Amino acid sequence: MFCDKAMELIRELHRAPEGQLPAFNEDGLRQVLEEMKALYEQNQSDVNEAKSGGRSDLIPTIKFRHCSLLRNRRCTVAYLYDRLLRIRALRWEYGSVLPNALRFHMAAEEMEWFNNYKRSLATYMRSLGGDEGLDITQDMKPPKSLYIEVRCLKDYGEFEVDDGTSVLLKKNSQHFLPRWKCEQLIRQGVLEHILS
Amino acid sequence: MSEAYFRVESGALGPEENFLSLDDILMSHEKLPVRTETAMPRLGAFFLERSAGAETENAVPQGSKLELPLWLAKGLFDNKRRILSVELPKIYQEGWRTVFSADPNVVDLHKMGPHFYGFGSQLLHFDSPENADISQSLLQTFIGRFRRIMDSSQNAYNEDTSALVARLDEMERGLFQTGQKGLNDFQCWEKGQASQITASNLVQNYKKRKFTDMED
Repeated sequence: MFCDKAMELIRELHRAPEGQLPAFNEDGLRQVLEEMKALYEQNQSDVNEAKSGGRSDLIPTIKFRHCSLLRNRRCTVAYLYDRLLRIRALRWEYGSVLPNALRFHMAAEEMEWFNNYKRSLATYMRSLGGDEGLDITQDMKPPKSLYIEVRCLKDYGEFEVDDGTSVLLKKNSQHFLPRWKCEQLIRQGVLEHILS
Repeated sequence: MSEAYFRVESGALGPEENFLSLDDILMSHEKLPVRTETAMPRLGAFFLERSAGAETENAVPQGSKLELPLWLAKGLFDNKRRILSVELPKIYQEGWRTVFSADPNVVDLHKMGPHFYGFGSQLLHFDSPENADISQSLLQTFIGRFRRIMDSSQNAYNEDTSALVARLDEMERGLFQTGQKGLNDFQCWEKGQASQITASNLVQNYKKRKFTDMED
């Protein structure tokens, strides 16, 4: 039956636990596109035969292949679109610099889309809040204080605070730092927010 | 669950599926029994048991009984039934409808075809004379089961829920998950953790995966 490869792509995405981005299945996509090409060519020739040779009995067959073409197209577009939704989520949850492991999972075009999205978001954020702009990817949970207690979960190295002093982030060390500097690192799993 | 990933939701319970919804694509892959009303030349390769053989151009003969996926049945169906006619799968027929009306909570809807409600709703497109009864049955079955789903999702905190969801269909499982999320968020707020910044689930999952990659 047609469209099996396309269904494999869909299942691959559906299986990935909520929101995770699996590797880009370039091979699978190529096979779907090849199947579409073959279907299209078979239909072209059958349509010509039906028109010139009076074979109107071929029409159900042509419809069958056409449905398969539409289905393949739907699966492909849904696959690509869902991946973009996941990539978009990365900007909000991970930040603007993605780890290499993730970048290898993305196609070149998807990387380009990510960069464009980042740029649009940055432009928009700059346009808010007067001259300084407003970072809306921060303060995802309502802040209760300006400074927070954090514990370091792994060795990160030197970290510079606003007044110029730097802090050494070593595993298990605890610090009292401004909230806006730490938020990114906490979301990335480098620091842990301790509630007092 | 990732907080920033907003997937395309299923539209199957409404008039049309959502084109981009992965759930709807999976749902419409399920099969239903059909009967061909005309011969279909050159497609015999797919239905080897039914194929009329090389002399007749490898056609699927008229009157063959096949199982086709919903998307294909929808595409080939028209109200004059020129290419195929559609039969109702057993669970939407009178026999099973009576079982559902007797006690909807007992049935394993996951086994019956994991997209019971979505598939059943889309079946209505085929203009069966039983459409009114089918839609009533879908509705009443859901009404009968809903209370238990809501109760269990709102009261199962920090425990293994596999027994509770085992017999739910996909749509009901989605509901259960939503209920659980509400419960967990509320508990988190009650404990005063609502303002604690956390690493996103996405990040934590990627970290776990990295370790397995290194082991390979």
